[in-house]
Amino acid sequence: MLEFLTEFMIIDIFVSNFGRLMSGLRFTLTLTFVVMFFGTIFGVLLALGRSYGIKPISWVCTAYIELIRGTPMLAQLFILYFALPAYGIRFSAVTVAYLGFTINCAAYQAEYTRGSLESVGADQYKSAYSLGMKRWQTILFVVLPQAIRWSIPAWTNEFIYILKYTSLAYIIGAPDLMTQGKFIASRNYQFFRVYFIAAIIYLVIVLISTWIIDKIEAKFKIPGFG
Amino acid sequence: MGDEDRPLLNIKELKKSFGDNLVLDGISFSLDTGQNKVIIGPSGTGKSTVLNCVNRLVVPDGGEIWLEDTEIVSCDNINEVRQEIGYVFQGFGLFHHLTALKNVMLGLTRVKKVPKKEAKEKAIAKLERVGLLDVLESYPAQLSGGQKQRVAIARALAMEPKLMLFDEPTSALDPELIGEVLNVMRKLAEEGMTMLVVTHEMGFARAVSDEIIFMEKGRIVEKSSPEKMFEQPENPRTREFLFKLDELYGKGGE
Amino acid sequence: MILLSARIELIRRSLPALLGGTVITIQLTVLILLFGVFFGLLFAFGQVYGNKPIRWFVNGYEKVFRSIPELVLLLLVFYGPPSLGIRISPFNAAVLGLGLRATAYMSQIFRGTFKSVGSDQITAAYSLGMGKYKTFLFVILPQAFRVFIPPFANEYAIILKDTSLAYALGVAELLRQGQYIIAVAYDPLSIFLAIAAIYFVLTFGVTRLLKILENKLKIPGIGVEIG
Ligand SMILES: Nc1ncnc2c1ncn2[C@@H]1O[C@H](COP(=O)(O)OP(=O)(O)OP(=O)(O)O)[C@@H](O)[C@H]1O
Ligand SMILES: [Mg+2]
Repeated sequence: MLEFLTEFMIIDIFVSNFGRLMSGLRFTLTLTFVVMFFGTIFGVLLALGRSYGIKPISWVCTAYIELIRGTPMLAQLFILYFALPAYGIRFSAVTVAYLGFTINCAAYQAEYTRGSLESVGADQYKSAYSLGMKRWQTILFVVLPQAIRWSIPAWTNEFIYILKYTSLAYIIGAPDLMTQGKFIASRNYQFFRVYFIAAIIYLVIVLISTWIIDKIEAKFKIPGFG
Repeated sequence: MGDEDRPLLNIKELKKSFGDNLVLDGISFSLDTGQNKVIIGPSGTGKSTVLNCVNRLVVPDGGEIWLEDTEIVSCDNINEVRQEIGYVFQGFGLFHHLTALKNVMLGLTRVKKVPKKEAKEKAIAKLERVGLLDVLESYPAQLSGGQKQRVAIARALAMEPKLMLFDEPTSALDPELIGEVLNVMRKLAEEGMTMLVVTHEMGFARAVSDEIIFMEKGRIVEKSSPEKMFEQPENPRTREFLFKLDELYGKGGE
Repeated sequence: MILLSARIELIRRSLPALLGGTVITIQLTVLILLFGVFFGLLFAFGQVYGNKPIRWFVNGYEKVFRSIPELVLLLLVFYGPPSLGIRISPFNAAVLGLGLRATAYMSQIFRGTFKSVGSDQITAAYSLGMGKYKTFLFVILPQAFRVFIPPFANEYAIILKDTSLAYALGVAELLRQGQYIIAVAYDPLSIFLAIAAIYFVLTFGVTRLLKILENKLKIPGIGVEIG
């Protein structure tokens, strides 16, 4: 294995482009965390709007969620990056990456949250109302906290999903790991080897993330949830 | 105010249908402060619906429900009224994401806006009253059915209600756990709590209640003291039902 | 601003090209699904019935191909063989790259599906004198098929959307066809919205159809949802 790596210059390329690769990785990770943060917040709001909002709000949230989930992420990025400038709205590739992934992530998070909201049983509402809680108090203090706990496995999947899909930044040229890879490859013409390195980096990051997430989940597990 | 003869709870001509299904067909009875009444009757008769109406979790089609001088069906401060009425039901309804202690505290902190520290002391006192000091930090999933139901009772008591409603509080429990819940309820009754209980635990009904109300098909067939109900029921339907209960649960005397 | 009538006219004129792209998108989707179902089933069998090394291999395969981004897989498959002197067309690279990924997910879906049939039913089948093969065919498969539909519908939608990544290899699928049109007629929004609408019909429409099928095949007690 080691022989393979040296023979095919993989280690060479990795070492001599280490700085650039790491800067790409840093962008990828920052993008992932920021997108997950805002995507989760907007996702929860969308789910609440869909499940509890008045008709027009519920309708708008539903349409948003279904339209985003029904179309490819790349198409969404293209609309932001190529179509909006025709109307004088011009975003940089970096902005499009942050914006586009957040828009996409929110829709998926909303769908997971909605599923969890709906799985909270009627007895929970009955108990809360019988204590004199108002509807909004019941949703905020009883239903939502439970729904969030039910959503955690789906959310961690979404984290991995977003981490992987930030590689689409490559297509619009935001400086993520893959874009940096393309830059390196376009100078040394070692496309396969450079992308192979990128694949290994993604693999390692995803495996480490999954491991950490499992640890965190185990630590904060509440008996009776999953 | 000041009217000493006025009952704590007064239900007049309560009516409710779900679609074509007439569930309550003119139910009237009242409860004085400190009184205990037990409702019995076959399944699907509308017993739970009566309790749900008292809390306005189900909105009646007709009739009046008075809690002291507040008319519940038409009042516009239902959340305040509900704080005065504790409700314990078959399925416990504990909040799954909260420990026993937090379950009891939630209504205090969020509804009554009691400061956290005070709420905690109060919650602990109520949990002590139902004999659960050792499970304060346990989550519902870690409690036995009997413990869950006692937490539910403590949670309702923490709101300092004037009236407690119980809807078959022991029918989801394993036989060996029923006693611990009934004991808590009996103690409550002895301490003067006003209680309206749907149950088929005839031993409890006999020992604790002032009156037994037999309901069938949305109507009250008979209401009388436990002695009379068990020894010489007037209506043949009552007799038949009690006979069936005997077969199921054993004789009601202790 | 572009007039609405002009937009509609542009979309109408672009429709043949867009439909051409749609056909490629559908071809990709179907081939990747077939690839994934075939190898996924094989891998799932290996994982359930195979010996230790096979199970170990399948586990490793699933981990690796679920962890590497789809786009990276495509680029690896596209640039890999040529560096060994093997030619691969962009279309085939897309099928292979996304197929390898689909295999990993399908294998997991199949495994979960087999597991959904309780072990007491399998014991019951054995006790009736059925062998492994008959048990699988007559007891597991008919039940598993129903459990399989929802995750399959989900996977279908993911693959369909992922075929848009073939854009990066230059495959003239729906999204790239759109770019070609935009290069000539500068009205990107209309074209992109038309493209989004086509994708939406293909994902939403088909998953709805599968949902209907799922409800048709529903057996009381199987796949009952919580709440
Ligand atoms: N929310 C509802 N919507 C429609 N029908 C209802 C609803 N709640 C109760 N019912 C119907 O009303 C009737 C009376 O129900 P209720 O629960 O009050 O009976 P019960 O006397 O408490 O019976 P049980 O002993 O089984 O608890 C039943 O036929 C039931 O199906
Ligand atoms: Mg009932």
